[in-house]
Amino acid sequence: MSAVIEEHHDDHHHGPDKGIMRWVLTTNHKDIGTLYLWFSFIMFLTGGVMALVIRAELFQPGLQLVQPEFFNQMTTMHGLIMVFGAVMPAFVGLANWLVPMMIGAPDMALPRMNNFSFWILPFAFAMLLSSLLMEGGAPNFGWTFYAPLSTDYGPPSTTFFIFGVHLMGISSIMGSINVIVTILNLRAPGMTLMKMPLFVWTWLITAYLLIAVMPVLAGVVTMMLMDIHFNTAFFNAGGGGDPVLFQHVFWFFGHPEVYIMILPAFGVVSAIIPTFARKRLFGYDSMVYATASIAFLSFIVWAHHMFTVGIPIAGELYFMYATMLIAVPTGVKVFNWVATMWQGSMTFETPMLFSIAFVILFTIGGFSGLMLAIVPADFQYHDTYFVVAHFHYVLVPGSVFSIMAAVYYWLPKWTGNMYNETLGKTHFWLSFIGVNITFFPQHFTGLAGMPRRIPDYALQFADYNMISSCGAFLFGFSQLLFLFIVIRTIKGGKKATDQVWEGAHGLEWTIPSPAPYHTFSTPPKDLSEAHG
Amino acid sequence: MSDTNSATHYEPYYVPHNSRLPIFASIGIFLTVFGIGHILNAMTAGTSGSLGVTILLIGGLVMGFTLFSWFAVVIRENHEKLYSDQMNRSYVWGMSWFIFSEVMFFAAFFGALFYVRVFVVDWLGGVGDRGPSGMLWPEYSPEWPMLNTPDEARFPGPESTIPPFQLPLLNTILLVTSSFTVTFAHHAIKEANRKKLIGWLGLTIALGLIFLFVQAYEYHHAYVDLGLTLGSGIYGTTFFMLTGFHGAHVTLGTIMLIVMFGRALKGHFSGDDCFGFEAAAWYWHFVDVVWLGLFVFVYVLGS
Repeated sequence: MSAVIEEHHDDHHHGPDKGIMRWVLTTNHKDIGTLYLWFSFIMFLTGGVMALVIRAELFQPGLQLVQPEFFNQMTTMHGLIMVFGAVMPAFVGLANWLVPMMIGAPDMALPRMNNFSFWILPFAFAMLLSSLLMEGGAPNFGWTFYAPLSTDYGPPSTTFFIFGVHLMGISSIMGSINVIVTILNLRAPGMTLMKMPLFVWTWLITAYLLIAVMPVLAGVVTMMLMDIHFNTAFFNAGGGGDPVLFQHVFWFFGHPEVYIMILPAFGVVSAIIPTFARKRLFGYDSMVYATASIAFLSFIVWAHHMFTVGIPIAGELYFMYATMLIAVPTGVKVFNWVATMWQGSMTFETPMLFSIAFVILFTIGGFSGLMLAIVPADFQYHDTYFVVAHFHYVLVPGSVFSIMAAVYYWLPKWTGNMYNETLGKTHFWLSFIGVNITFFPQHFTGLAGMPRRIPDYALQFADYNMISSCGAFLFGFSQLLFLFIVIRTIKGGKKATDQVWEGAHGLEWTIPSPAPYHTFSTPPKDLSEAHG
Repeated sequence: MSDTNSATHYEPYYVPHNSRLPIFASIGIFLTVFGIGHILNAMTAGTSGSLGVTILLIGGLVMGFTLFSWFAVVIRENHEKLYSDQMNRSYVWGMSWFIFSEVMFFAAFFGALFYVRVFVVDWLGGVGDRGPSGMLWPEYSPEWPMLNTPDEARFPGPESTIPPFQLPLLNTILLVTSSFTVTFAHHAIKEANRKKLIGWLGLTIALGLIFLFVQAYEYHHAYVDLGLTLGSGIYGTTFFMLTGFHGAHVTLGTIMLIVMFGRALKGHFSGDDCFGFEAAAWYWHFVDVVWLGLFVFVYVLGS
């Protein structure tokens, strides 16, 4: 019976298959990493188009292009696609490509499950996107899908949204189990935990967070499903439940989720800055402990998203102070990155530019996060564009910039070719300027009281919104240049050396460029260079 | 075990070249949830869900067939000695983290129960200034278990709840006993005593099936005699969701044990190569521990 669908089990010392089936059937961590990265980029463009619909509508006050119902669907789908379809799969793709090469492993620990984790995603997002064409339209309640807006008042497609989230959760949990098992079980002899590159460390902790909170997300959408179809009372006070319960369970997932999207970025930046500063990473041990501390704190701060919902004053105070504590380990990290650059022999290739921009702009996003942590101030900022500015500063020039930095940094290793530095720098500056023009004015409109998720606004916000929309189109279309650069590098270009960057250290720089289809079938012997 | 960690000796790590299993599994799981989604939407809208049933059936068959093949392939590869000690450790770690994810899934539902029990009931009933519930349902006085709901028209409360020290106590005894019998079966593998293994494992499966039967009987009793349903307010909601998901996990665990029973009959498992059995046993202990939580927090403290 089993032979019908599983006939290959030759050993693994040959190259990739030809044709499309290579990508469907592959168990190779590099192939699967590539699949994740391309899928993520397609989702990035899809979610980006939705963002441009939003910004085009907000270019002027009044309703010009879309109806409010469709605007709501755009804000919802934009958020869901960027979080679950663009940022998370991009980091999983990077983990697939890099973790085995960085720890000297032959592949991911569970290669078939690795393929399963990826191929669930296109189906999940096809289902989610198809809801745009369903009767009643796509989900329209924001990516946070608060009950009872999503339960009593959501469109019929909410059911498919729920199952889409289930599929994404299954994919994430399997992917994370694979990452953890690979790191714990497949490290080359001599690579102790405290010798692992920081990217591996941050992914180990991220994977732990994912396994801990994705089931909670599955739980909360299941509660929604039951409230919608089986008349349960989880989120209905009339039956003895509580809509606020939704927010507690959702944010118990949601807050660790935001660290899931930033910890691997910390790992990427911690790899790139030492290379181009030509110094060892400052404070490696403290980086590890800071990452672990942030992960721990992420579990005990969730209600800072809910200050205005009516929680007891003791709860407000506790969650305020606990949230502020996060600034300590995060500050350690920023300090270490700056200290790594201090008196280094710095050069400013594209990955370094993105990384330095990351440090500066992520810190701005972190500071606005501290402002939002202050309960009485949050009463003013809550659900305004200030919040939108805050989380876009940590997500776009934070997570997304780190992903772009990672692509430029490791692309020569992946393809064997150098990208065009002039084009890369052009892409950086266009993105850097575009991102700041888009999101910086939103701090001001938010502080002045402009609410988020509304297609129209009062006249006094017109100028800043127009500026913001211009920046969004600049940033959005700059990404086509990114696509062009990547394709051009895959097709050819100056040959990369094995080490690629003269300051680069780590196992992945000891193997040929492009990296052979199978690396470390037997573990490397000399790990003296392995320290991040 | 430790020799795979030394640089002098290395066993190759088995990486299959290609596999058709995952893509079939992806298609199967997608069709399954898509079909269920169709059925639920049709049910709530009051239309025909026959398309959904067809999709669900196809998806379920693809998924079942694929999972069967997947496990068959892994068992065969293990018998062909393709797996090193290191490979086996990957499975051990993988199962451990999978069970951890299941723990977190139940944590969400236990968390909901505790939140309702500790905060919501008091808030509905008058701690503070009663807030909105004082305006919406001024007459309402809450209790736990919640036999009257604020909105009796939409959520008619149950007449009574399940008394803990009757059937639930019996079920507790059944499951705790089954945790012991599965351990005896494990010892039988270590002693290479196949007859004992088959006996204890068979007894474990029987205990699991009796548990499920008692649980089904209890549900029937709750729905028909007590008016305790999914729609009877937050008590019924948390009661059925927690015990229901637990029951689903017992069902899955029983299926795992039945597979292990079949493998034991075919002569699989030896003292140093029985992780399939151990994984199923771990899962069984996990559902047992969840049940103890349910017995204390849902049945005993809930009534």
